[in-house]
Amino acid sequence: MLSRIADSMYWMNRYVERAENYARFMDVNFNLSLESAPDSIQQWKPLVIITGDWPLYQSSYETVEKEKVIYFLGFDLQNPNSVYSSIIKARENARAIRPELTKEVWEQINHIYFLMKEGFEKKRWKNKDPRIFFNTIKEGCQLLFGIFTTTISRNDGWHFGRIGQLVERADKTSRVLDVKYHILLSTPKDVGTPLDLAQWAALLKSVSAYDMYRKKYGKLTTLNICEFLILDKIFPRSVNFCLIQAGKSLNTITGYHAGFSNNAEKQLGKLKAQLEFADIHDIFSGGLHEYIDELQKKLNTISMAIYESFFANKYATPNLKTQNL
Amino acid sequence: MGKISFKEYEVKDFYDEMFEDSDSVRPSYTLFKKYLENTGWKKLNFLQHSTDRAQLSLGMTFNVYSDNQGVERILHLDIIPRIISGKNWDYLTNGLKQRIVALNLFINDIYNEQRVLKDKIIPKELVLSSACYLKQCVGLKPPENVWSHISGTDLIRGNDGNFYVLEDNLRCPSGVSYMLENREILKRTFPEMFEQLKVRPVHDYSHYLRDMLESLTNVDPASIVVLTPGIFNSAYFEHAYLAQQMGAELVEGRDLVVRNDYVYKITTKGLQKVDVIYRRVDDAFIDPLVFNEKSLLGTPGLFEAYLKGNVVLVNAPGAGVADDKAVYAYIPRLIKYYLGEEAIIPNIKTYICSEEQDYKYVIENLENLVVKQTDGSGGYGMLIGPHATQAEIKEFRTKVKNSPRNYIAQPMINLSRVPTLCENEIEGRHVDLRPYILFGKEIKVIPGALTRVALKKGSLVVNSSQGGGSKDTWVLDN
Repeated sequence: MLSRIADSMYWMNRYVERAENYARFMDVNFNLSLESAPDSIQQWKPLVIITGDWPLYQSSYETVEKEKVIYFLGFDLQNPNSVYSSIIKARENARAIRPELTKEVWEQINHIYFLMKEGFEKKRWKNKDPRIFFNTIKEGCQLLFGIFTTTISRNDGWHFGRIGQLVERADKTSRVLDVKYHILLSTPKDVGTPLDLAQWAALLKSVSAYDMYRKKYGKLTTLNICEFLILDKIFPRSVNFCLIQAGKSLNTITGYHAGFSNNAEKQLGKLKAQLEFADIHDIFSGGLHEYIDELQKKLNTISMAIYESFFANKYATPNLKTQNL
Repeated sequence: MGKISFKEYEVKDFYDEMFEDSDSVRPSYTLFKKYLENTGWKKLNFLQHSTDRAQLSLGMTFNVYSDNQGVERILHLDIIPRIISGKNWDYLTNGLKQRIVALNLFINDIYNEQRVLKDKIIPKELVLSSACYLKQCVGLKPPENVWSHISGTDLIRGNDGNFYVLEDNLRCPSGVSYMLENREILKRTFPEMFEQLKVRPVHDYSHYLRDMLESLTNVDPASIVVLTPGIFNSAYFEHAYLAQQMGAELVEGRDLVVRNDYVYKITTKGLQKVDVIYRRVDDAFIDPLVFNEKSLLGTPGLFEAYLKGNVVLVNAPGAGVADDKAVYAYIPRLIKYYLGEEAIIPNIKTYICSEEQDYKYVIENLENLVVKQTDGSGGYGMLIGPHATQAEIKEFRTKVKNSPRNYIAQPMINLSRVPTLCENEIEGRHVDLRPYILFGKEIKVIPGALTRVALKKGSLVVNSSQGGGSKDTWVLDN
């Protein structure tokens, strides 16, 4: 498989997963805002912080308001990670590898793009309830992954795409957990109150984890929720599950099933092993926020290693540029 | 709204593909006319609307060079087809085959013996001064001595009902993907018509294309790639489409590397050899070591690998020497010279501004002529005298005076018209016709074409970059 194509497969899927997760973020935050005091700064600032784009937000907007945050995260083309930007980049990557995709995948990605474009033109961020719009985008992305899974052969391209999706998902699930941390920072008195529980429930729902969590643990507790979203081995959005599956795809590509044959496998294998043998009590005693911060850095290291091992052009002609993280 | 009727339809002074005159329909359109008359406006508008949607979701978009990057346009597909009788088509097929054989003999001659120049059939300076003449190709013998394997010829039909060749596209003719996708869409629009009319199929184009490319190498299985300038090229949709349809890899120049005069693609598992390149990158950009040194689209060393016979380039570099608009005027004589035959499909009378007599005529009659730049394409850099302002005519007079070699002129031909859907009315619009020819061990003319239509009322410019659209072209079996 061409290095450039592998690179585009990886990023196409990452951007779609990113768009889907941002749409989820919007949903969870909106839900939270309905169940607590209508203080917009407290409600919407953490959302920007967890995406890592708080400095960019500050440089463009003076105040934190619901509508502005929704615009910034959903539609702002100046924000390289907004849902709209991500969809555009996903589509550009798809266009560059059009012959590797099926007609159905291409048509669906086009479809999401036009939905987004229309939403932009109709100024959906001004809607009273923007959840409806973002839900449509979320479903569009899910349908895309469904079509991707059911129409693309399990060749290297598929596996690179899957790794991109899983690395992105691991990153975003960890960030969702961090929302709670940032809200708690401003309201420490709420710990253990009904409001606290409502927030945890909303958070689980935002990553479609509520039902599966209830099945496994029943009672909502902070410790169990964190264990479920970080360490669970079989829940498809937990960080650990994402890394286990990404590792399998990586091994399929290299044909190497023990140890590692390149830096990508080494970095991914290391983090996977750390999670496999981690205990949620240890994580908490070291500080959940600090742990998540570290986790995100390691995920970036893995992404860079994948780039160097597979996508970078080692053969004279000018280097392929890596896409942003 | 209501029923569709052709009572108000005006044929005017043009050749109309559907009507002999306002009352009598041509035989090839009888059934289709009946179908339209039994269809309400509501249904017809709905069908057109569905077609627009289908084009969008297929991503059949192109970028226009002068527009900002990222502006995507759709080549509007008008659902009323252009129908050609089997008899007309068979005539065209013979003419196109004759022409492509002669043109390839000509190119091969120019880069080798140059008999045609020694025999003074065409002026030496005119050929060798063409921007598309590549001295690097002198002495080259491509496989089967074919230089232009994939070509598209622009034909028009004049008021007299005869077909004429307007120009040859021997380098990277675009539009074939529209021929194929337009057909896919119209099969959904008018399924019953295809059955009743026995329209000849075009879908096997991509099989023929692949077979032809494979036939040019002894390597089996051959590694075939389509080389594109990238996603911002106006024809990127087509490059991707063709690669996908024939199961070839779509590559950019940066995906390839040359080692020891062999071409390789850069993959996640190291380098893999490439045998045949269907390149949609212009000659000047394929190899910065030999041609445009600033090119980022090409691959250094590619041309040397080609000269050594280690990779096949399709079409061959240098083939453009024969589609220079100044060479065009001589093609009937070239056909006679190489094949001893008269041209089956005639040329349009062409004045060559670098020849004294013609020059004089052109300068004095600019307001009656169409003037074209010899190395121009896409409808850019041309003057349509009868529709031009005095200032435009003056501008072209200066241009032609300054560099006569760069211009040719032709009388204005009124292109034939086909009924076209325009805002709840059906009106005649001017069309041309671009059939596609594949030339490997044998010659195939695909029974279909891209019909380009000038959507603007009265306009004769059909180019997509100038407000043109397209129609599906139905070649009947009879």
